[in-house]
Amino acid sequence: MEKQSRRNFFKTAGLLTATIAGTPTKTAKATPENILSEDRVGVLVDTTTCIGCRNCEWACRKAHELPAGELNSYEDKSVFKDMRRPDSSALTVVNQYENEKRINSPLNVKVQCMHCDHPACVSACIVGAFSKKENGSVIWDTDKCIGCRYCMVACPFQIPSFEYDKALDPEIRKCDFCFERTREGLLPACVEICPVEALTYGPRSELIKIARERIKKNPDKYFDHIYGENEVGGTSWLYLSNQDLTKTKALPKLNDKTAPGVSESIQHGIFAYFVPPASLYALLAGIMWLNKKKKETSEGE
Amino acid sequence: MSEYLKPVPIQKKFFTPGVIVLCIVAFNGLVFLAARFLFGIGSVTNLDNQYPWGIWIGIDVAAGVALAAGGFTSAALGHIMYREHFHSIVRPALLTAMLGYTFVAIGVFVDIGRWYYIWHPLIMWNGNSALFEVGICVMMYVTVLYIEFLPVVTERFLGKVNFKGFLSLLNKPLEKLLRILDKTLTKTIFIFIILGVVLSTLHQSSLGTLMVIAGEKMHPLWQTPVLPLLFLLSAISVGFPMVIFESMTASKSLGLKQEMEVLTPLGYTIAPLLGIYLAFKIGDMFIRETFVYLYELNTASIMFTIEVVVGIVIPLRMFLSKKVLKTPSLLFTASALVIFGVLLNRINNFVVAYTPPYSYGSYFPSIGEISVTVGFVALLVLLYRIIVLNFPVISLPDKKFAIKTKYTIKG
Repeated sequence: MEKQSRRNFFKTAGLLTATIAGTPTKTAKATPENILSEDRVGVLVDTTTCIGCRNCEWACRKAHELPAGELNSYEDKSVFKDMRRPDSSALTVVNQYENEKRINSPLNVKVQCMHCDHPACVSACIVGAFSKKENGSVIWDTDKCIGCRYCMVACPFQIPSFEYDKALDPEIRKCDFCFERTREGLLPACVEICPVEALTYGPRSELIKIARERIKKNPDKYFDHIYGENEVGGTSWLYLSNQDLTKTKALPKLNDKTAPGVSESIQHGIFAYFVPPASLYALLAGIMWLNKKKKETSEGE
Repeated sequence: MSEYLKPVPIQKKFFTPGVIVLCIVAFNGLVFLAARFLFGIGSVTNLDNQYPWGIWIGIDVAAGVALAAGGFTSAALGHIMYREHFHSIVRPALLTAMLGYTFVAIGVFVDIGRWYYIWHPLIMWNGNSALFEVGICVMMYVTVLYIEFLPVVTERFLGKVNFKGFLSLLNKPLEKLLRILDKTLTKTIFIFIILGVVLSTLHQSSLGTLMVIAGEKMHPLWQTPVLPLLFLLSAISVGFPMVIFESMTASKSLGLKQEMEVLTPLGYTIAPLLGIYLAFKIGDMFIRETFVYLYELNTASIMFTIEVVVGIVIPLRMFLSKKVLKTPSLLFTASALVIFGVLLNRINNFVVAYTPPYSYGSYFPSIGEISVTVGFVALLVLLYRIIVLNFPVISLPDKKFAIKTKYTIKG
């Protein structure tokens, strides 16, 4: 046993080190659809402009056929007392934080799916229900979903939500970047309704240029960082603010490595076209045969 | 010695006070399970959008797979290393693995929101997903375990098919079928035995890969790229302690002699395996310099310390002592500690280490979740009892041989 397990163990150890050391994230190819297009779009959120009117929440619900209520009911500011997260009844929410730079006007931060360039959910989903589309949006096919919630475990922004109170057909829900609307040439519902143009929709590469320019023009107004430019390998949604949004915990502090990178390298290393499992099989079969033969000869004598 | 041991159905009545307690526990679990299917996962569990996975994944699935590792480690020892001395432990270990994995599959079935689509991964593939790999491997391995167990069934019924009345027409064809099955299995079983070991090494490690994608959401004491290796090593090291634990419990419950002549030599293999696991665990901690997190006093550091000290270091020291290996009560304690350590490790990895970026509040399993988990364990034990009472699983000294040889160890 000792001998065998040690062999096994060296094999796996060697495999793991080899894969962790080599092949970085370039192997991240899931379905053919998951190709990063140069023209992919995004949204630039300028939190210095946002007034916290929550019209985007209403528009989002309307666009996704969720119970939305009256638009004027969204003027209620008491919801800001608690930190809210997107869930199956609200795919985007605005939270209010203390503004460390301008004490009298609060800091409003809208959150929704970031539509990562290298999405963890796409990589994690057991049935491949998620996909990254050419325009940058990360959408999913509810008909495939088995409700395992691994996407929720994987997502670095903790975005996908689940209908826990439904016994039959509970759905995973999150912002879909208004995939149907944008395909028809419309703007995402939240961008369209925003009264102060805090949300700018356009090609991601352009948005980064615009963001840079804004920071350059108003270095006193802006904190010099475009959140989402490099976080987890880049996201379609980008944030500008007058302060570090990760400090207020409005957004999580993340490094630039893509979320599924390490996991996928390990996964493909262990499998690598089934060569390692097949050779392990052959090795074990060899050991078994030798041991059996040894036994037979010793009995024969 | 093993030549004189023969697997037989154990002659013993099913109901005892302990069995009745188990039945109540199992029933209680089934009540909460019914609620889960009638009113949804949220009605029974404390899970939410921040904590999508709880003990049903951490214990029922992850720990369940690890603790069923006795199946593949003893198959490797008994059949691949061909140590005939250990043949008597292979069947009980196989049965535990078979039941263990069956309940892992049921655990998954219960936890996923759309249980009626559990077959989707069979036709909808995502090669990037660690969960897909685990899912497919576990499905294949469950099948292999059932095939490996088939000889026990054919052995039980071969030459004993005896239906009364009009069903007696079936007797001959059934007997023939069993004979063909038995013959084919004898010739091909080695294919499945090796396949079982390969599949086990694959999914035991991939289970570790599962949490790697959670990245910074997982506490650095556990989050490491060598997680799959640690999972594999811990599974290998918990395999034999589980076999010992289960053999001793079964012997006690069924009023049989403890099989110390097999369990003591088996115990010798545990210390080196545990040692390798500990070396990698500590090595990983020093390479990534995560020991700094042990200086702070919080749930994570306490749980990690208990896991390593109580679950690895103490049993490792115990298994190095000959006295422990030869004393049934100490051997049992040491094995139980290893099992506790691996169980805690899986809970730590899947539940304790997981901290979502926007957690308001933390996760603690609900009464419903605990009831279902404990109920499944009770059901598993009950099924184990039913099967060993009716099928040739546990080996007893064969009287025919016992007369010929001096059977002195009996006592």
